[in-house]
Amino acid sequence: MSVTEVFEKARAEGRAVAIGCMPAGFPTVEGSIAAMVAMAEAGIDVIEVELPYSDPVMDGPVIQKASDIALAGGVRTRDTLRAIEAVARTGVPVVLMTYWNPIERYGVDAFARDLAAAGGAGLITPDLIPDEAEEWLAASDAHQLDRTFLVSPSSTDQRLAMTVANCRGFVYATAVMGVTGAREQTSAAAPALVARVRAVTDLPVGVGLGVRDGAQAAEVGSFADGVIVGSALVRCVLEAPDEAAGLASLRALSADLARGVRAVTR
Amino acid sequence: MNASAAGLLPDVSGHFGRYGGRFVPEALIAALDQLDAAYRHAMADEAFQAEFGRLLRDYAGVPSLLYRADRFSAAAGARIFLKREDLNHTGAHKVRNVLGQALLTKRMGKRRVIAETGAGQHGVATATAAALMDLECVVYMGEVDTERQALNVARMKMLGATVIPVKTGSRTLKDAINEALRDWVSSVDETHYLLGTAAGPHPFPGMVRDFVRGIGVEARQQILDQTGALPDAVAACVGGGSNAIGIFHAFVGDEGVRLYGFEGGGEGVTTDRHSARFSGGSPGVLHGARTYVLQDEDGQTIESYSISAGLDYPSVGPEHAWLHDTGRARYLPVTDAEAMDAFQLLCRTEGIIPAIESAHGLGGALAIAPTLAAELGREPTIIVNLSGRGDKDVETAGSYFGILAS
Ligand SMILES: Cc1ncc(COP(=O)(O)O)c(C=O)c1O
Repeated sequence: MSVTEVFEKARAEGRAVAIGCMPAGFPTVEGSIAAMVAMAEAGIDVIEVELPYSDPVMDGPVIQKASDIALAGGVRTRDTLRAIEAVARTGVPVVLMTYWNPIERYGVDAFARDLAAAGGAGLITPDLIPDEAEEWLAASDAHQLDRTFLVSPSSTDQRLAMTVANCRGFVYATAVMGVTGAREQTSAAAPALVARVRAVTDLPVGVGLGVRDGAQAAEVGSFADGVIVGSALVRCVLEAPDEAAGLASLRALSADLARGVRAVTR
Repeated sequence: MNASAAGLLPDVSGHFGRYGGRFVPEALIAALDQLDAAYRHAMADEAFQAEFGRLLRDYAGVPSLLYRADRFSAAAGARIFLKREDLNHTGAHKVRNVLGQALLTKRMGKRRVIAETGAGQHGVATATAAALMDLECVVYMGEVDTERQALNVARMKMLGATVIPVKTGSRTLKDAINEALRDWVSSVDETHYLLGTAAGPHPFPGMVRDFVRGIGVEARQQILDQTGALPDAVAACVGGGSNAIGIFHAFVGDEGVRLYGFEGGGEGVTTDRHSARFSGGSPGVLHGARTYVLQDEDGQTIESYSISAGLDYPSVGPEHAWLHDTGRARYLPVTDAEAMDAFQLLCRTEGIIPAIESAHGLGGALAIAPTLAAELGREPTIIVNLSGRGDKDVETAGSYFGILAS
């Protein structure tokens, strides 16, 4: 299924989509594949793979640590593509969240080609704004990949419209001004931001940064089309005494999130 | 080539040819736009210029002297002039940029500044301006650097700043910038990120250059006054690139003046211990701009190394990338050993203890002097930007030379 189809199906069911994030290669390449497959099996609708990067300025301590572990383990860009291929085989759509330099280094068109061949659905680009994305816009068109750019509460109306016009698949609304990391409370600014996006597009809107359990997923799912969860899932693996325990807690949280997005009908 | 000299670069979106731009989270774009607008207004505002000029002159001691270093020249085989930025208040060229941005901070109605620092010079300068202008100040500094520059940590604290040791990644300047950017994404409404060099996302590279370009404007007039001619070469060390672009910019249009930037060659560019982005790196994106970076095959940043904390950085300002590719400026590595030899030579011949960063500019001048003399068929005249004083480096240099037990 494509990302768009998953959102359409969920919309028909009157619920939001659960999107779960995990860095490739964390704790190992095989371990990250097992983790993401477990998330999908437990009801996560879209898997967001993060490409580990040495300087992840949008990420808080949890994802930084996981990325560091992956890089210290020697994960390469091609391992991330391999992980995407393995997870995509389960049938869930897989999107890649990546800082820009590794893609530029690989070659933008070559990467788009290989991502499409691996079954990846598209890219989320936290440090690439459409203004700088000419090559990516062309490559994603050529290889029919989705493009998710970020919008923020501080985006002007003009920038928001321009950014959204360049998205395909879904739009990523960063709900709080800040980096990734589970928070006690999700942001009050989020519903307003989602409404601003809705005013200019029919594309689904995912809300990220801060969600850590099913209750918060339900709350965010009441106004957004997609609930994006990262640090809380990563922490399941990071804090587990061993791999089996990590997978068990990952399954439990994934199921809780899947229930959460179904708890409110819209 | 003269687009830069004519003030045409960067373009409106912050590009120097293919370099520069903005590779940052959308959350920061509004703040960068606000900064760009405030900066443009300020540059056109006579009251702002007058206040900036007054502070530079009466507070920082600008214009700095241009000094003909005869005994050093004799050893170098070239006529060497030193642009004495080391005599500025706080001991380096950095104070110029900091005063400019602190004034802008006030103008934007913000009351908190954050900064990254490597050697601690920029942190000290920022803490100084924050004290002067009653701003809250938080400085991010890699944990490794807090250890090698302990005196500067103490200075920042005395000035009322909070110093946060950064424990992620390589725990040096690059990670301090990551942490400052993370802070800024969360605090952008009331906080200005007072970036310490002519790098990062637009408008920083062009704005910082404009705040420090007085170095070159002054030096150009001073050398004309003292010798009646332009120099054969202008040399500077290149960390992020502010002191180099500061002294280069006024000379970019003078085609006969060769521009040399000297990078931290560490233990040699054939080893993996250096900070030579031009000799040992390649074009990529880091910290908000497309420029030359130290990176591996996958685009992961490679940790830099230099004996000088201020040059120990895997990226470089985008205008230098452009000057490099157009051939207008040349960038060469200077090893730790070459820099420390030049450091000692300046101490012994001129009674001036330079910052180890600046010693790379001196070492580079010593290296190019014979070739330049051969090419010109006479003794060349070289201006070296003595970007800072060595007080902060006494411990590092003392243990390098075996004067202090390390
Ligand atoms: C004295 C001195 N010179 C040079 C530098 C390098 O920075 P830049 O390349 O921005 O001038 C520093 C940085 O800390 C410094 O303290």
